[in-house]
Amino acid sequence: MSKLTPESAPESAPESTRESAPVSAPESAPESAITGSQRPNRPAALIRLEGVCLSYGERVILDNVSFSVDPGEVVTLIGPNGAGKSTVMKIALGLLNPDSGKVRRARGITIGYMPQNIMIEDILPLTVRHFLMLRPGTTRDQAQEVMALVRVAHVADSPVQRISGGEMQRALLARAMLGSPDLIVLDEPVQGVDIAGQQELYHLISRIKYDKGCGVLMISHDLHMVMAGTDKIICLNRHICCSGTPENIHNHPEYHAMLGSPTDGIALYTHHHNHHHDRLGNVVGTDHHDRHHDRDCNHD
Amino acid sequence: MWLAPITMTGTMTGTVTMINSFVLQAALAGILVAMAAGPLGCFLVWRRMAYFGDTISHSALMGIGLGVAFGVASLWAILITCIFISGVLLWLQKGNKFSTDTLLGILAHSALSVGLIVIALQDSMREDMMSFLIGDILTINIHDIIGIGLMMLFALGGLYTIWAPLLSITVHEDLARAEGVNVLRVKIIYMLLIALLVAFAMKVVGALLITSLMIIPAAAARNIARSPGQMAILSMITGSLSVIMGIMASSLWDLPAGPAIVLSAVILFLAGRAVPNHFRV
Repeated sequence: MSKLTPESAPESAPESTRESAPVSAPESAPESAITGSQRPNRPAALIRLEGVCLSYGERVILDNVSFSVDPGEVVTLIGPNGAGKSTVMKIALGLLNPDSGKVRRARGITIGYMPQNIMIEDILPLTVRHFLMLRPGTTRDQAQEVMALVRVAHVADSPVQRISGGEMQRALLARAMLGSPDLIVLDEPVQGVDIAGQQELYHLISRIKYDKGCGVLMISHDLHMVMAGTDKIICLNRHICCSGTPENIHNHPEYHAMLGSPTDGIALYTHHHNHHHDRLGNVVGTDHHDRHHDRDCNHD
Repeated sequence: MWLAPITMTGTMTGTVTMINSFVLQAALAGILVAMAAGPLGCFLVWRRMAYFGDTISHSALMGIGLGVAFGVASLWAILITCIFISGVLLWLQKGNKFSTDTLLGILAHSALSVGLIVIALQDSMREDMMSFLIGDILTINIHDIIGIGLMMLFALGGLYTIWAPLLSITVHEDLARAEGVNVLRVKIIYMLLIALLVAFAMKVVGALLITSLMIIPAAAARNIARSPGQMAILSMITGSLSVIMGIMASSLWDLPAGPAIVLSAVILFLAGRAVPNHFRV
């Protein structure tokens, strides 16, 4: 993973991905968009959201959200709690229909989905292998293959309730990998995992991306940290505040507005939080945040 | 044969062979119900929907009352009422305001109250109240057994066809949906199977106790099962054993059969808790 700074992004790129990892963009030239320079003739987007709006009664959940994910592209959604990140993801997956706007998926693509930390009742006797084979049409060999890929083969026959948090997240990633997806959609893949486990998961995701060439759409639970090799960051707070490469975002006033210190350029380094984190790194108590945010970012 | 001495000591009048056939028929009907109730019940406990069993069986009571009031055969009245209440549940779940648990509690007791009132209003039914609540297994005849047998085959066959998608939904609904499972269709089929089971099982254990034949054998099976499939099969065995034990106890000590079956299931559940880990399947 990397801080949202141009300096540290390439440095912390995983070994296996270093060659194809984005080159460091000098701070003076934040416009050198990685996706543009590396892939001039981009194929059609895997998925494209156009002007998606959704409200529950009076409450606006999403307002005019548009973005796309291209093959081989890593798009990370960031934003405070209640920003509608998971809702966007559900709309992208087709689990939820927007009130208005369009969702276009490339014809015939397979999408792998990794849901947010999943709770399986103790009363259900289920091994990791069996959990993977719940996906329709999965053979034992395919399950074995993805388990080896994410290194959970050693717990294949353990009950899912008895494995560690990191192993469970990897098992979920394995389930998303089944059926060789063209796009994998990950909802806070590293939430609740310790820092070493987070690094391992991010390494795995980038390796999968480079090996299989699939697109990745993920939600990051942390406003400051995204996976190394992220091509595009989308800051969401019911509407898209700003989007661009990690370097672009770093210099974008709306990003800082979202962090809560609109005029203070060094907010990122001082860790002047407008919210608190609980033991697992979840953002809690964002009421202060809204006040800061409203100053620069008009919502309705 | 153990039945002969037992029935001799029973308080019922009649020849030994007649009582034998009563008890045998009761046991057969009970086992057929238990075979269907176990695997269907596994999903109730996995999905944390034990209350759903109550909701449907209370709806069945309401169905019996309404059936007599409107002169509809009770089996059809029960099925229609159960399906109607399941539909109401699915509709309420869409609102998403209350948890399923709360909705089920509201529906279960609404149906129970309507059922009790409708039955109380009809003089012809009031005396039979107890048999509606706890069943009347000794009045089972050969036609009932054939009906229950067909129900069992249909319910198990139906469950077999939706087994994999239903299990996937149970683990994570959104994930299953994202992987292409038609969630609503599978859920509706499952609810219909439960309604079917309850409609046919009313005579065996009654409205108050049918849920226990779904929940307790499944819970007992969990003590030793290592996979969902094992748990389903073990719940069929546990349920059948409970029926045999309950009917034996009922004949021996002249106990009401329904509650005796349920208590036998509880004993098996407790026995399962005592099984040491290394003996588990």
